[in-house]
Amino acid sequence: MQKVNRLKPFFENLVFEREDNHMIVNFGPQHPSSHGQLRLILELDGEKVSKATPDIGYLHRGMEKMAENMIYNEFLPTTDRMDYIAASSNNYGFALAVEKLLDLEVPRRAKVIRMLLLELNRISSHLFWLATHALDVGAMTIFLYAFREREYTLDLIEDYCGARLTHSSVRIGGVPLDLPKDWIGNLNKFINHLPIDIADYEGLLDQNRIWKMRLEDVGVITPEQAQSWGCSGPMLRGSGIAWDIRKEEPYELYDEVEFDVPVSTTCDSYGRYKLHMEEMRQSIRILKQLMPMYYDTTPELMAHAPQYISAPKEQIMTQNYSLMQHFVLVTQGMRPPVGEVYVVTESPKGELGFFINSQGDPYPYRLKLRTPSLFHTAFLQELLVGEYLADVVAIIGNANIVFGEIDR
Amino acid sequence: MMRVYSNKTNVQKKPYYSDRFWVAPQVPRFVVENDAVFAADVAHLKEKFDIKEAYIEKDQLVIYIDPSDNVEVLQTLRDELAYNFLSEHSAIDWLAKRGEFEIFYQMLSTSKKKRMRVKCFIKEKEVLKSVTSIYKSADWAEREMYDMFGVIISGHHYMKRLLMPDDWYDHPLRKTYPLQGDEAAQWYEIDKIFGKEYRDIIGPEERDGARIDAEDTYRFARIHHEVSFGAKPSSEPTVTDYQEEGGVFIVKKLKKEDAKILKERP
Amino acid sequence: MAQHKINYLQEAGLPVALTTVDKLVQWGRSNSLWPLTYGLACCAIEMMATGASRYDFDRFGTIFRASPRQADVIVIAGTLTKKHSPFMRRLYDQMTEPKWVISMGSCANTGGMFNTYATVQGADRIVPVDIYLPGCAPRPETLQYALMLLQKKIRTESASKKLQPKRLV
Repeated sequence: MQKVNRLKPFFENLVFEREDNHMIVNFGPQHPSSHGQLRLILELDGEKVSKATPDIGYLHRGMEKMAENMIYNEFLPTTDRMDYIAASSNNYGFALAVEKLLDLEVPRRAKVIRMLLLELNRISSHLFWLATHALDVGAMTIFLYAFREREYTLDLIEDYCGARLTHSSVRIGGVPLDLPKDWIGNLNKFINHLPIDIADYEGLLDQNRIWKMRLEDVGVITPEQAQSWGCSGPMLRGSGIAWDIRKEEPYELYDEVEFDVPVSTTCDSYGRYKLHMEEMRQSIRILKQLMPMYYDTTPELMAHAPQYISAPKEQIMTQNYSLMQHFVLVTQGMRPPVGEVYVVTESPKGELGFFINSQGDPYPYRLKLRTPSLFHTAFLQELLVGEYLADVVAIIGNANIVFGEIDR
Repeated sequence: MMRVYSNKTNVQKKPYYSDRFWVAPQVPRFVVENDAVFAADVAHLKEKFDIKEAYIEKDQLVIYIDPSDNVEVLQTLRDELAYNFLSEHSAIDWLAKRGEFEIFYQMLSTSKKKRMRVKCFIKEKEVLKSVTSIYKSADWAEREMYDMFGVIISGHHYMKRLLMPDDWYDHPLRKTYPLQGDEAAQWYEIDKIFGKEYRDIIGPEERDGARIDAEDTYRFARIHHEVSFGAKPSSEPTVTDYQEEGGVFIVKKLKKEDAKILKERP
Repeated sequence: MAQHKINYLQEAGLPVALTTVDKLVQWGRSNSLWPLTYGLACCAIEMMATGASRYDFDRFGTIFRASPRQADVIVIAGTLTKKHSPFMRRLYDQMTEPKWVISMGSCANTGGMFNTYATVQGADRIVPVDIYLPGCAPRPETLQYALMLLQKKIRTESASKKLQPKRLV
């Protein structure tokens, strides 16, 4: 008979053996499901979770403190790394917050390009969500198919701004670059083909017995719970509350394009899955309306505010004052007015908010990043209780959390 | 010889030039009466609580309350004034200027489509009551506030550090905390994994991105002239090739000349 | 063996290996490197993209394994924070010999753009790294190239059973 040996636990503040037969499982910070570094300490009664404690902070890089030491434009690439799956939406949220603080008017072509990028990022993020969620639940082919589509979106974005993952494609006051020659043509080809692929994925998953069994009645979120825990985005709309910031507090040109906001009244994971697929279709619809809008805009890309924004490159290279101002803005940084602003955008994950408190310095005095994934992960404390261990993985996948956002 | 004076109350980076005569403009603040919904809300709150200041900034209402009232104010906001979301809750560090933290709660009302901010000032060691009984989203927001600023909250069910490790020293987002961390932070991982004795063996962190050293062969210090770990720097260029010269058994030999440059993505 | 359609005579000679046991073992190890799924941050997305449809990682013989006991190489993709570093070292220690480390992206190489209090300035403060990959995030082709370089490096090493003293860090 082998002698039972007690493995000394690595952390002194956890007890790994208890009398009442509940097992403590450490769903450690490295696990094969791709969501990042979530450490869940689950107390299991057999296979049912009786208590769940998420432990985060394994990706905390100190972005808010970095912001207090960087000028506004310098901080923009850092916002890329927050929600690294749809990087342009974070850049855009930050740029919008600073523009609101400065009261800048962004030219129309920049608005169209920004919206194109935003909706493309939304499609890319939802494809990634589908891929990883399906991989976790067990449908591994969807991972390969969805990544194939996602590669096309990454190609388009790479054509535009040069980077696949960390875009920095939006600047405060507009966009730095105009669309390349055939970009709209390639985008057209892509979104003409995409509904066929979405129909493919739905054909594989919608009526699939295993998928339905894994996702129906799993992770039920009541509307009261969703409101109390600060859920937003698909988690909120999956419980029947129709709140989409693009419709309620429209920014950019969202009040000029027509689109619907899908809402699901079955508060479970299957409803949220259908919601994501439908949101992808609505994004395609928005993109189709945006493409002709690009052609009737004047080719102006950055706002005209010499006090805060540098002039276009042609002017910098030829006019002396533009060069001097550009130098000052890049080395010292622009000084916004004293005040506070909290601006919210609808990122693919939910309500992404930037709270900027400026004291007139080139560096913000306090920058708080309100990320949706933090509140969704906090919600896991309540959501996972009573679920089976296999459902834990399905719920985490369905909640669409990304760790760059949670830990910042 | 005098030491250079460095202001320890705010060790964040300061702009290189400061213009003595620059007066920063203020973001315009409007009276509450400009907006009917906000006026009604403020009037309702003023009946029960002491509202120190109220104004509208960038289309959002901002009110200042007493910190001891925070639970009741938020309760009123949720039950009677239909603010059903607590979007954000954090602190701003004014310890150098006023010796206080400014706590703010960012509220959202979906039925009225309005956002407002509730703010209060608390001293450094003053205790704030937790609002998790009203809005559960404050659960982690308060933990993060404690972790980053050291704001003491009472009535929370699990007040532990959230983002930093449990045994971290000091509160990172305070203005007195340097961006690159104090001594405890810089040696944290070496002490934790190997022990304090290995501090000399492994050496301090390299925080200066522009440091140049003649003997440095680590990482990309000598691109195209790489040598193995710990060897002396050499001036022989390294040959970059995918596989060895003779090819590998069964594996197809990748020849650079075979690569085709395409004009368009297939 | 006769079912294969590969024409050995054209590519690499007769299908008979005339070599030392050392080289054979190292050839086998290099062509079947099993990475540990260790995606931490943004570079993990590029690692997944490398393993996905367009840039297939499987053709190098790699299969992503979840357990460190079954993995040969660990690709540190993403920012290593001080809270996470004990886990990183623990996983590295749990891997069985022979093992290699690829540090992917600027955050794993040197701490990257995050010159802050909570970031380990380079994974080589914790584990001995074999290949460093620049980029933020590095393209999938870069990761493939790094893997080929690692394969080349493995084939030049010796496969003797005697345990050489490994670098601490």
